[in-house]
Amino acid sequence: METNTQPNTLSSIASKREVKTAGTQAMGVGLEARGIHAWFGQKHALANVSMDFWPGTVTALIGPSGCGKSTFLRTLNRMHEFIPGAAMAGEVLLNGEDIYAPGTDVTKIRLKVGMVFQKPNPFPSMTIAENVLAGLKLAQLKTANKDELLEECLERAGLWSEVKDRLNTHGGALSGGQQQRLCIARALAVRPQVLLMDEPCSALDPGSTLKIEETISHLSSSVTIVIVTHNMQQAARVSDYTAFFLSDGGPGQMIEAGSTNEIFARPKDQRTENYVTGRFG
Amino acid sequence: MTQTPPVTPPKREITTKPRFSDKVFRGVVTGGGLSSLIILGLILGFLLYEGYGTFKSQGFHFITSSNWNAVVDANGLFNAKASTFGIAAMLIGTLVVAVIAVIVGVPISVGAALYLTFYAPQFIRKFMVTAIDLMAAFPSVLFGLWGFFVLESSGEYWAKLLNKYLGWIPIFKLPTPYVQHSPFIAGLVLAIMIIPIVTSVSREVFSQTPLDRIQAAYALGATRWAMIRAVAFPYARSGIVGGVMLGLGRAMGETVAVYTVLNIVYQVNWHILFSAGGNIASMILLKFGEASPQEIKALMAAGLVLFLMTLLVNSAANYIVNRSKSGR
Amino acid sequence: MSTNTLTPAAPAPAKPTKPWEASISDRIKTAAIFLGSALFTVGLVAVTPLKGKLAYAIVFFIAFVVIDYIYNVVKGGRAAGADSLFRGFVTAAVCLAITPIVSILLTVWVRGHKGVHWTLFTKDMHSNAFQDPANQGGLLHAIIGTFLLVLFAMIISVPIGVLTAIYITEIKGRFTRPIQFLVQAMSGVPSIVAGLFILASIVYPLTKTLNGFEGSLALAILMIPTVARTSQEVLLLIPQDLREAGVALGGTQWRTVIMIVLPAARSGLITAMILGVARVAGETAPILLLAGGNNSVNWNMFHGPMGSLPNYIWQSFGTGTPDSVTRAWAGLLVLLAIVLILFGLARTLGNRKVGK
Repeated sequence: METNTQPNTLSSIASKREVKTAGTQAMGVGLEARGIHAWFGQKHALANVSMDFWPGTVTALIGPSGCGKSTFLRTLNRMHEFIPGAAMAGEVLLNGEDIYAPGTDVTKIRLKVGMVFQKPNPFPSMTIAENVLAGLKLAQLKTANKDELLEECLERAGLWSEVKDRLNTHGGALSGGQQQRLCIARALAVRPQVLLMDEPCSALDPGSTLKIEETISHLSSSVTIVIVTHNMQQAARVSDYTAFFLSDGGPGQMIEAGSTNEIFARPKDQRTENYVTGRFG
Repeated sequence: MTQTPPVTPPKREITTKPRFSDKVFRGVVTGGGLSSLIILGLILGFLLYEGYGTFKSQGFHFITSSNWNAVVDANGLFNAKASTFGIAAMLIGTLVVAVIAVIVGVPISVGAALYLTFYAPQFIRKFMVTAIDLMAAFPSVLFGLWGFFVLESSGEYWAKLLNKYLGWIPIFKLPTPYVQHSPFIAGLVLAIMIIPIVTSVSREVFSQTPLDRIQAAYALGATRWAMIRAVAFPYARSGIVGGVMLGLGRAMGETVAVYTVLNIVYQVNWHILFSAGGNIASMILLKFGEASPQEIKALMAAGLVLFLMTLLVNSAANYIVNRSKSGR
Repeated sequence: MSTNTLTPAAPAPAKPTKPWEASISDRIKTAAIFLGSALFTVGLVAVTPLKGKLAYAIVFFIAFVVIDYIYNVVKGGRAAGADSLFRGFVTAAVCLAITPIVSILLTVWVRGHKGVHWTLFTKDMHSNAFQDPANQGGLLHAIIGTFLLVLFAMIISVPIGVLTAIYITEIKGRFTRPIQFLVQAMSGVPSIVAGLFILASIVYPLTKTLNGFEGSLALAILMIPTVARTSQEVLLLIPQDLREAGVALGGTQWRTVIMIVLPAARSGLITAMILGVARVAGETAPILLLAGGNNSVNWNMFHGPMGSLPNYIWQSFGTGTPDSVTRAWAGLLVLLAIVLILFGLARTLGNRKVGK
């Protein structure tokens, strides 16, 4: 694939990013998936995926619909198990400990591995401020200074300047993009180590998408981010690493993973190349 | 480019001339549909017609006094002037037993609905939902006899305990130590009778909690209880209020079970553990057997009061439930 | 970043597991807490003046909740503790909701089966008194009476109920919402009021005597809302394109409803009917006011009082001797069996897919 001399727009976007590896690898591996399988009832949805997520990086999971990328994402903070009939195999190691080990307190796992969903879902009965701090209330956590935390989280989510005058109004009045950033702020308030994002922009307009992407790049220095996206430009713009998932009718598999640069410029697998160059059906 | 002012064409009216057969069909169906209006109207009309005389002669005393005395003079003729009919005791009794039913029955029903919606494994849920729905189909005479023969003995024991330890609260006082067939026990029977309806309404509103909000709570590290408090309750609150009022309406209108379990005494009694009470419906059944025609007219008036009360409570309940189902 | 296998992995021998379900050690811990609280309860009730079933139940519940709470707080902190408290509450609530059902079913069986014998279904009470031994006389007249009362109530209420449902789902006229509201309001009419209404509107001004048909009218009033609401739910499940297909083929609305919509909803409509019947079969108050009591078989709905199961139960209970009370429980057993069969039928039919 080295002979691909045609300037690929995606790879040119991706190559503008600096690959973060050196400094961060010294911090040790934060989140590791080892041989993950997932089932829905009898349906084998995902087979044998192993990946490492380095602290302070953004990893994008791309692939066509039904390839198991969202399922994989949801195994990382144990949201997979809410689907009736779900089952899994393999291990997910957070700081070296298996989050599926017997006796693990699942609520503590979800505090460390936060999640932002496809559709913005602020709690309608709560105000903006209450929404941001909802995680503390839900998990009965204490904080020294609520106002400080509130401002910090909204600031990091890029929403502070837009809502600082109406913190006590209900979240439902915000636009879709603002609501999604509110959900990001909400996820940040419990200080997660990892933030999972399941197609966070698929329900938003391009302007709001851009804002969210800015937020992601600001956050990536402090939080490990895993983002599922349908949008390859987005993957190329925001991620350091990219993994390509595909299902050939059977269970979804990870075909290839590597630095975003390489995946878009010099994919090693023919199927990856077909997908990133748009030759895929 | 020539600027032509945009012309809005006049709207064409889409008309379909209904065929004759469709007209007949619509007429018949509309007639059937209006039947509920007609029946409710007729009930109101006839009870008002029969009870009007009583309302006229008794005035407000009908609902404020507790005297029920049909006076017959020496010739065996009914004396409308001297007779007094007042249903205050039974009106209060109706509320007392219904409120006991709600206080006891609602926490059980809402808790059971929460268990069935958010906790129960599939097979237990199916089994229990069937069992509770089945209870809704039990005839009220069955609840009455069960209350009389089975619950009564336990209920008397509980009543004595309540009186012993909480007797300093006025409603748990006993003027004389008789606890048999008290409003408390009637309230317990009614509580059991309203469990199915309150549980099924609550279950319905809980199951409509949006899944994405539930997941958002869990993803923030919420336990199940924290999720229920932060997400499920705010969504379900008004629906549950409606369900509770439906239960209240049922409890107010119950006849046979209350008649069987309760010692019906025509006096205002706030001591719920004491062996005296009654409600309008059971009083009608009690007095109906040997009532003179004039007394029956007074019973009709009492029936009208009961009808209006339950209609009011039920309509409010349905309004709240419907709004919470379609709303947001 | 470790790159995954580039060639598709050989089918891994991974076995689906559910690590989130309670493990054996979790189950053992729960069982231990359960046993521990049970032992504690027995001990406490033995050494203190507490006594009775109630004491056992309450002490056990409190002990279990407290031990479970402490265990969870130590293991997972305050939030986990609050969660375990609430789980204790909802579990207790569902147990309290189920207990009366079990108690009622058991009571009816234990007290009623002694009184059930063959002559119950072949004889009536015209030559027996209620205080006679329970193996004499029978409730044939009551079964026939209830059958006739319910049959006539059904004949009156099913067309009205189904028409109401059709109005709400098919015509969707100006009155749809008010009618929906009125049907709901009607389902809250106390049964005794339905009885009084028939007395006021028919018995006193017109017939002056009691007969079975008047009882059926009162039952019909109570049955219409059940039939209408269940039918409405069923008709709403019929896919809209089925109706459009009918109209697009040039059918008139009424032919579409009669020939496509109603047949598609058939089993659901039968369910609605059965639920309505189950609702009124045991209805007592209006029967006592209207149909009167009759100890002989009466096939004429328009002449003379009509016996019925609720009336038989009521009279037996009211007689108050041990034999008559056994009679009442036997009658309840028969009535409950009928209601259960109807309920089971409605469930089986209702669970079938609509439109097939």
